[in-house]
Amino acid sequence: MNANLEQIKQEIISGAEELNSSKEVYEFKKKFLDGKTGKIGLLMKEMKNIAPEERANYGKGVNELKEWALGYLGELDVKMKAKELQDRYESEKIDISLPAVASEQGNLHPITLIRNQLIDIFSGMGFEVFEGTEIETDYYNFTALNTPQDHPARDMQDTFYLSPEFLLRTQTSAGQIHVMENKKPPIKILSPGKVFRSDDDATHSPMFTQMEGLVVDKGITLCDLQGMLDVFVKKVYGEGTKTRLRPSYFPFTEPSVEVDCSCFECGGTGCKLCKGTGWIEILGAGVVNKKVLENCGIDSEEYSGLAFGIGIERTAMLKYGINNIKHLFESDLRVLKQLND
Amino acid sequence: MLAPLSWIKEYVDVDITPQELQDKLFSCGFEVEELYEVGKDISKVVVGHVLECEAIPDTHLHVCKVDCGEHGEFQICCGADNVVAGGKFPTALVGATVYATAKDHKTVEGVMTIGKGKLRGYESFGMLCSGVELGVSENMYPGAGYNGLLVLPEDAPVGADVKPILGLDDWMFDIAITANRPDCQSIYGIAREIAAVLEKELKTPDLSYTETDATLEGFKVSVDCPELCPRYSAHYVTDVKIGESPAWMKRRLALVGIDAISNVVDITNYILKELGQPMHAFDCNDIEGNAINVRRANDGEKIVTLDGAELALTNANMVICDGVKPVALAGVMGGLNSEIKDTTSSVLFESAKFARDNIRKTSRAVGKRSDSSARYEKGVDEYATVMAMKRALHLIEELECGKVSSMHVDVNTGNSVEPRELTVSIKKVNDVLGIVVPNDDILRIMDNLAFAPKIEGDNLILQVPAFREDIENYPDIAEEVIRMYGYDKVVPTFIPSAKVTTGGLNLQQKSELRLKNALCSVGAYECIHYSFFSPSDLDLLRLPEDAVERTAIRLVNPISEELSLMRTTLAASMINAIVRNQKKGNLEGRLYEIGNVFMPKSLPLTEYPDERAKLCVGIFGEKESFFTMKGIAEKIADTLHVEFTYENMSNTFLHPYQTARIMCEGKEIGYFGKLAYDIASDCDLRTQVFILEMDLKELSCYYGKKPVFTPLPKFAEEQRDLALVVSKDVTCGQIESVMKEACKYITKISFFDIYEGEQIAADQKSMAFTVVFTPKDEAFTTESVDAFVKKILKQLNKAYGVELRS
Repeated sequence: MNANLEQIKQEIISGAEELNSSKEVYEFKKKFLDGKTGKIGLLMKEMKNIAPEERANYGKGVNELKEWALGYLGELDVKMKAKELQDRYESEKIDISLPAVASEQGNLHPITLIRNQLIDIFSGMGFEVFEGTEIETDYYNFTALNTPQDHPARDMQDTFYLSPEFLLRTQTSAGQIHVMENKKPPIKILSPGKVFRSDDDATHSPMFTQMEGLVVDKGITLCDLQGMLDVFVKKVYGEGTKTRLRPSYFPFTEPSVEVDCSCFECGGTGCKLCKGTGWIEILGAGVVNKKVLENCGIDSEEYSGLAFGIGIERTAMLKYGINNIKHLFESDLRVLKQLND
Repeated sequence: MLAPLSWIKEYVDVDITPQELQDKLFSCGFEVEELYEVGKDISKVVVGHVLECEAIPDTHLHVCKVDCGEHGEFQICCGADNVVAGGKFPTALVGATVYATAKDHKTVEGVMTIGKGKLRGYESFGMLCSGVELGVSENMYPGAGYNGLLVLPEDAPVGADVKPILGLDDWMFDIAITANRPDCQSIYGIAREIAAVLEKELKTPDLSYTETDATLEGFKVSVDCPELCPRYSAHYVTDVKIGESPAWMKRRLALVGIDAISNVVDITNYILKELGQPMHAFDCNDIEGNAINVRRANDGEKIVTLDGAELALTNANMVICDGVKPVALAGVMGGLNSEIKDTTSSVLFESAKFARDNIRKTSRAVGKRSDSSARYEKGVDEYATVMAMKRALHLIEELECGKVSSMHVDVNTGNSVEPRELTVSIKKVNDVLGIVVPNDDILRIMDNLAFAPKIEGDNLILQVPAFREDIENYPDIAEEVIRMYGYDKVVPTFIPSAKVTTGGLNLQQKSELRLKNALCSVGAYECIHYSFFSPSDLDLLRLPEDAVERTAIRLVNPISEELSLMRTTLAASMINAIVRNQKKGNLEGRLYEIGNVFMPKSLPLTEYPDERAKLCVGIFGEKESFFTMKGIAEKIADTLHVEFTYENMSNTFLHPYQTARIMCEGKEIGYFGKLAYDIASDCDLRTQVFILEMDLKELSCYYGKKPVFTPLPKFAEEQRDLALVVSKDVTCGQIESVMKEACKYITKISFFDIYEGEQIAADQKSMAFTVVFTPKDEAFTTESVDAFVKKILKQLNKAYGVELRS
């Protein structure tokens, strides 16, 4: 009888050598160890044919064989599975230098990016965002802004007219007049939007984007203008950036200034970007003209204001080094994809 | 405005370098756009004395020995016909830079550097120069216009730099003058500012002259339109001898870009540049009726201007007439009928102030611009008008080209030329600035600016010069003070006195930004297109004559026909953007734009039009389909927490069977679909294009809608896959809505497969759905779900003859 057990053991040892996969190991194991049909399982059923005095010994022998087989084949299974895993990995060997599969994410237009950045800065200072209409009347675009019909400043901007009364706004300050008419100070508004002038070359587009800011309250001064723009310039162009005011002229401010910031390319020593001057012109600003406040029914003796206007395209072109304003309006994907700031 | 330093120096003593002057002007509000030496391209050209000059046989050349003083003696070959021994000529040494000329010796073709040369075997160490080669015209230096060598004076020191001799060492300032300072649109005007900023004395131009007894008996000047002509003065000059102007005057005119014509005409141009006052000179022999009358032109009235053009005028234009006929188009150009001729023997000078917008409008309307009209458009002041006449009469005497009569007529309805008094509060001036400028500095600055200031307590009493029409109130004075005191003295403060306000974006702005970010997340790039488009874009979209999009607002003065209409749809710009991309080889991509369309309530506009924000998405490429665009529409719905439904529709520019109307809560809010093949082919599109356009104004009522939380089901959901056989014309949407009707526990239906083919009847298709049932109050049993399915199938069968696929 022991010989029979020994034979089964030998059968397992020799049979196992032929096995090539964990699946075969499983099937092989079943052949011997299945409780109802396996060879070792069936040995237990033989118990009734065994002499009673040998039963204990027989049972012990079968159990030992079963334990051994479980261990032996289990070990084989672990080895086989480890090999199979390794084989699978190896079969999936790749050339990691092949190109990446892109998951495409679009991006906001550079004008929107700059717009959002500026809105973020000025909302933190308490500015509301107000977008007026692109089509305005002559009154709101010019007359209310202290630019009467015969004013030479009207020559500064070539205006697109739609009718004798209606035009495409040349500045977003047109919308600010509507706000001042309907709201009493304190006023802090930021007006981003499309504006239009009859100009068309590498740095001028007939449509461009402006962001104008207006503060009306008691005791606003030129020093406040410089202070506020200092904060703005440092946030946009970096902490070390300096600002410089110099006299200029806009009909709706008096005094009027051009604001330059120290060149963020060379830091002020002079380079190609700043044309060797160390300064870059970034915006126009000033103390709101008394007449403009009065046109809106605001007491110009009690209140004063400051205003500034930033060209978004110019800011975007400076910031990203875009050489032609047309790139911003032609929707060339090769351009748009580069500007994922 | 161009201003030669030498001319400025006639009125103010400039003792700093041109670069320092540029900085000073910049700091007080005058940007020098360009600063250059007149002879910036010329170097190492000296006075050469030709000692020997021998003809080279069989050529037009001469070989010369030229003494260049300290620089040495050189052998130079020369082809000019006026080279002669003993003559002094500008000599470019080896290494010198001069202008290269074409074969005609007249056309400048860039700058060249002189090297050693060899002509016909003769070595040449330099070049004798013509005026053209040095950039000197006849008007800039007499004799320089000769097509040969420029002859230098006999007393020119040998070896000296020729630039001072020829005036090439002068500096040109091109100064930007802001619109509020028309008084600085002249040499004298800018000299006045320079005098103030340098704290130097301003010299007055010589205005002296002596009148003779001559007069025109009974001559009358009348102005019928004082609103357009507040000042008109005329002066009669006799014994006129037309001839050439002196070299100094011709040179100055040449430097500022004006050709010399004749002494009398040159005087008017000289005054325009020097004092900023346009003047006109009429030939008195041509003035009929012993009168000048300034009036509006009659509609249809004609005038032939100096340049020979016949112009038809309207009542909006202004003419200067004699007793019979128009003799000038006021402020723009004189009439041919009274121009100064060689035979002119008496002249009537005009110095007038015309309304700037009238001159601007006339100049544009008749399409004629002159130095005079350009100057009038900016505005002239009476101060200059009066001064200019005196200066012109002085120059008549100085040039000895006529006698100043005693006949002077001046019609004045405008401003006084005397200073006007203005008192401002010093505190208010300082309040505008935010700093306290010491009173002494205020006094000094205002005195330098010729405001004759006095301080009494808080009052600053000023005498505003007549030419400063821009000065009205204390903010103007604040600006005058700070631009001279220095903007660097402004101390940054951060609105310490202002009230705290709350800021930020409003709901609409936030929602549009959310939409933009959502579209970026599906791989779309934001675009911005012009608010105007072309009439041909409406044709591109095949829009019928009565389409609402064709009622577009037209620009009165567009840049071109392509940019002449305000957009009524964003689709055309998007298609054009895709066309441009495909032409550049970008064959797939996703673009979107949020922009306004402009729907007029009346045309021509009498009230604000309806400006509506729209969203347009354009996707193209072989990977795209109707359903990828539908996915983008769903993305928009999800972003706004709304639900869209879709209906079949057609329009003129999209595929008749691949276009959907987008509905939101029963309201039409847009469309999307595949671009029609004929349009795609007209535009040479290489890959398929899908367009979506949505009205954000309609959608804006949903902005701010929040997602609503549904508590999680207490019991497990069940799901069943159903393969249905249906007639081909039954839609997915129809099946889904029947299912939903049939069972209230359905929370989700996902279509996942469609089959048409052999295993099914030809007019049928098989569609497979996963249906999710969510229990409410009690758990489902297998039997209860089976019952739902049975009911669903029964309803489907009843509605569309649907069968379960076996």
